Amino acid sequence: MRLRKPVRTTAVVAGVSSLLLLTGCGAADMTKQASPFANAQGAKSVTLSVQSWVGAQANVAVAQYLLEHELGYRVDTVQIDEVPAWDALSQGRVDALMEDWGHPEEEQRYVKDKKTIVPGGDLGVTGHIGWFVPTYFAKAHPDVTDWKNLDKYADQLRTAESGGKGQLMDGSPSYVTNDKALVKNLGLDYQVVFAGSEAAQITQIKQFAKEKKPFLTYWYEPQWLFKKVPMTEVKLPAYKEGCDADPEKVACAYPHTPLQKYLNADFAKSGGEAAALLKKFKWTTEDQNEVSLMIAEQKLSPEEAAKKWVDSHESTWKAWLS
Amino acid sequence: MATVTAAAPRATLPGILKQPVVRKLLLLALAAAILVPLANARWASGSWPAALTVDFSDQLTKASVWIIDNRDSHPLFLYFFGHISNAVVISVRAVYLVLLAAGWAGVTAAASLVAWRVAGWRLAAGTGIALLACGFLGMWIPTMQTLALMVVAVLASVVVGALLGLAAGLSGRMDRILRPVLDTMQVLPAYAYLLPVVLVFGMGVPAAVLATVVYAAPPMARLTALGLRGADKEVLEAVESLGATARQRLLTARIPLAAKELLLGLNQTIMMALSMAVIASVIGAGGLGDRVYQALATVDVGAALAAGIPIVLLAVVLDRVTGAAGEGLGDEPQPNGRARWVYALVAAVTVAVAGRLLGRLDWPEAWTLNIAEPVNRAVGWMTDHLYSGVPVIGGTADWAAHFTTWVLDPVRDTLQWLPWWSVLLIVAALAWLIGTWRTALTAVLAMAAIGVLGVWTPALDTLSQVLAAVAVTLFLGFATGIAAARSDRVERLLRPVLDVFQTMPQFVYLIPVVALFGVGRAPAVAAAVVYALPAVVRITTQGLRQVDPAALESARSLGATPAQQLRQVQLPLARPALLLAVNQGVVLVLAVVIIGGLVGGGALGYDVVFGLAQGDLATGLVAGVAIVCLGLMLDRVTQPTERRAKKGA
Repeated sequence: MRLRKPVRTTAVVAGVSSLLLLTGCGAADMTKQASPFANAQGAKSVTLSVQSWVGAQANVAVAQYLLEHELGYRVDTVQIDEVPAWDALSQGRVDALMEDWGHPEEEQRYVKDKKTIVPGGDLGVTGHIGWFVPTYFAKAHPDVTDWKNLDKYADQLRTAESGGKGQLMDGSPSYVTNDKALVKNLGLDYQVVFAGSEAAQITQIKQFAKEKKPFLTYWYEPQWLFKKVPMTEVKLPAYKEGCDADPEKVACAYPHTPLQKYLNADFAKSGGEAAALLKKFKWTTEDQNEVSLMIAEQKLSPEEAAKKWVDSHESTWKAWLS
Repeated sequence: MATVTAAAPRATLPGILKQPVVRKLLLLALAAAILVPLANARWASGSWPAALTVDFSDQLTKASVWIIDNRDSHPLFLYFFGHISNAVVISVRAVYLVLLAAGWAGVTAAASLVAWRVAGWRLAAGTGIALLACGFLGMWIPTMQTLALMVVAVLASVVVGALLGLAAGLSGRMDRILRPVLDTMQVLPAYAYLLPVVLVFGMGVPAAVLATVVYAAPPMARLTALGLRGADKEVLEAVESLGATARQRLLTARIPLAAKELLLGLNQTIMMALSMAVIASVIGAGGLGDRVYQALATVDVGAALAAGIPIVLLAVVLDRVTGAAGEGLGDEPQPNGRARWVYALVAAVTVAVAGRLLGRLDWPEAWTLNIAEPVNRAVGWMTDHLYSGVPVIGGTADWAAHFTTWVLDPVRDTLQWLPWWSVLLIVAALAWLIGTWRTALTAVLAMAAIGVLGVWTPALDTLSQVLAAVAVTLFLGFATGIAAARSDRVERLLRPVLDVFQTMPQFVYLIPVVALFGVGRAPAVAAAVVYALPAVVRITTQGLRQVDPAALESARSLGATPAQQLRQVQLPLARPALLLAVNQGVVLVLAVVIIGGLVGGGALGYDVVFGLAQGDLATGLVAGVAIVCLGLMLDRVTQPTERRAKKGA
């Protein structure tokens, strides 16, 4: 008992002083601390954030390959979902976000107010989210492609997870989605079932397709899976500017979004050749799908896939380096 | 499951205890008779009444936005959290640079030589091979990143844990305050720790290290306190009579006497830090865990395994080496032990310098082995041939669908159909029967808190998955455990399997179960069963084997058949171990059912994933707190008082 106090004070003193010793006195702005693994051993290094879908991996793989082999950087990649990636980007823990599907709230906060993130330009790919049914099902029942007829098919789309209703399969919780509100506001006899991750969703779609079973899923373009499982979009009420302003009251389709790149503000200023390359990085939907397909379907490692693409598309990427 | 836990103790309770049980139940019935009509009259609804919920989401959203807006300007962040974060970044970086500077040869040599000194040459060889294997799998850099993060996290956990343990070991009051907190922290799923640190520190290494420390420090604190309190009274008196001051007593008697517990604490801390370092990849920890996480995004089981194997190897090596160090503690010091340490040090430095001079710091790329492809081919074959339409037994997807419709759905619907007050009553009855009125009160309050937070329905959904998974786990676990206890050969065969399974990162289990069982609650349950099974098997086997041989012998001499011996002697005598197995099973299953949110498990786990993924901390934190409450409730309902009493002694 008598010992308690000295022990505790020593501990506190030791703790505080070691903290101060380590970090120096005064303020420590944690939003300006890079990843501890960055720039190790004097290597020029770049940290790229990867999102969980394969398209984003394809962007990063090619950027990484060029940075490493053409410019001599060491590249670290970190898997972070879009919204947290904005936060990490603002703190400088990652240097770039290669594919953003539109986050107006974050853009306002970090780009306009705090100015810690700067836009990195168009990726060159236009993204579109929608509801899809497999083409074999759409051919057999052409009227399923209009949302008004979906209820007719609710019976056929029922699964163990969806209870008595039809199943609308959603993927990762990190993706932009209004599906729950849509189902409610359009009065559909469907239940949104979240696969939990895109990996889980793809596995499930492939299984359905193998047995030629019908399914209805949240999906998006560009996506490499269309080459393996052809799917047809279900028409939702047309998208009009601002119809998705209130997330609770959405009753319209998803927009077509030109995908954007974003860079950490400091990195954009002092990132040298790497920042320049990432700003100029711009390719087409076909390019992205080509790399994605190699990664996801042929099971090449992202690096091998990037190498194959780089070897055969010299004219495209040479422009990014100039 | 509810019936499993309740029925087992009731059926086997000795006669003397019968009366308190009846009394407890009567009291509870009386309380129910008064309270239920009141509650029912006011808030008549099956689910938790809306009038009794409090919506925190606005405040939480505001708090989270405030933190993000003020992180770079408010003094609290600049002068406190900023320094912590900075210290973490600097220390991890320092360790990482040292590891890189030593090169792969230097690190391997140093690790093997340390293992040689503390645990003998066998483990030294094992350590060397394990590290080289990490290199061969092409995972050298991620392994070093994980190692750097681990070193810092373990050191911090040990310091924090030892200080807390010292306080609890020396002061009775501190002990009473800390013990329930530490006990509780150990039963919570790792996932629940991630959100609060992300809220303050943002994504990245500092948050990951801190979450790891919070998760890994409690065992160190517990075992330090236990060791200090367990010191031999007579030795202490002898030391005191020699006129030693309190400080001398602590340094020369109590701490050396507690050395075994301290090393056991270190061992547990290391193991927990490793498992957390992997899960923390969800919040940007990098390293091996991140490779697993990235591979899962593309359903790439092979790549996930390539990163998973180094984790398992690290875990096995660290476990064995620290374990051996603990066992070798009481031995006579070897002659010229110090000289051998010096040799070891010199040898390690020589190898490192040689590696440096030869310019071979990075793992040579030509030496990597691609295991991803063959593994994926095997998994592909499994999916193609076992998924559906297998004659007679049906495919795995059919099993999953049946399990969902016949087991999971009825259990969930029943739980959600039960009036809310009756759920509370059942919880109270179960917890009180097995524990004291205190544990019952904690359990009921925890359950009620879930209702107040407004996540009653998803929490019951999660609960139904836990119950189903625990039932399956116990069935399989007890059966395997009994087999292993009866046959040495079975146990020898099982041992390495259990070792590997217990250290595998929970993530790796998820994708094969999706491949086999599709998306939904069934694969989440399957992953949970696989994860919890080894612990249940192990505890059951140990419990059965520790049954007094004399009792067994006398039963045998009375002519009991093996089945009778098992049923009438071994199982009743091993009851404490079996109850512990139930408790552990529940805790482990909950941890994975939550992660099952990533593969369509839905419910609370999904909310946490959603909160992390969308930066919507309100949803995530509420779900996180609910998970904490659920874990607390499940632990109290399955934790027998005997264990508690022993610990308190």
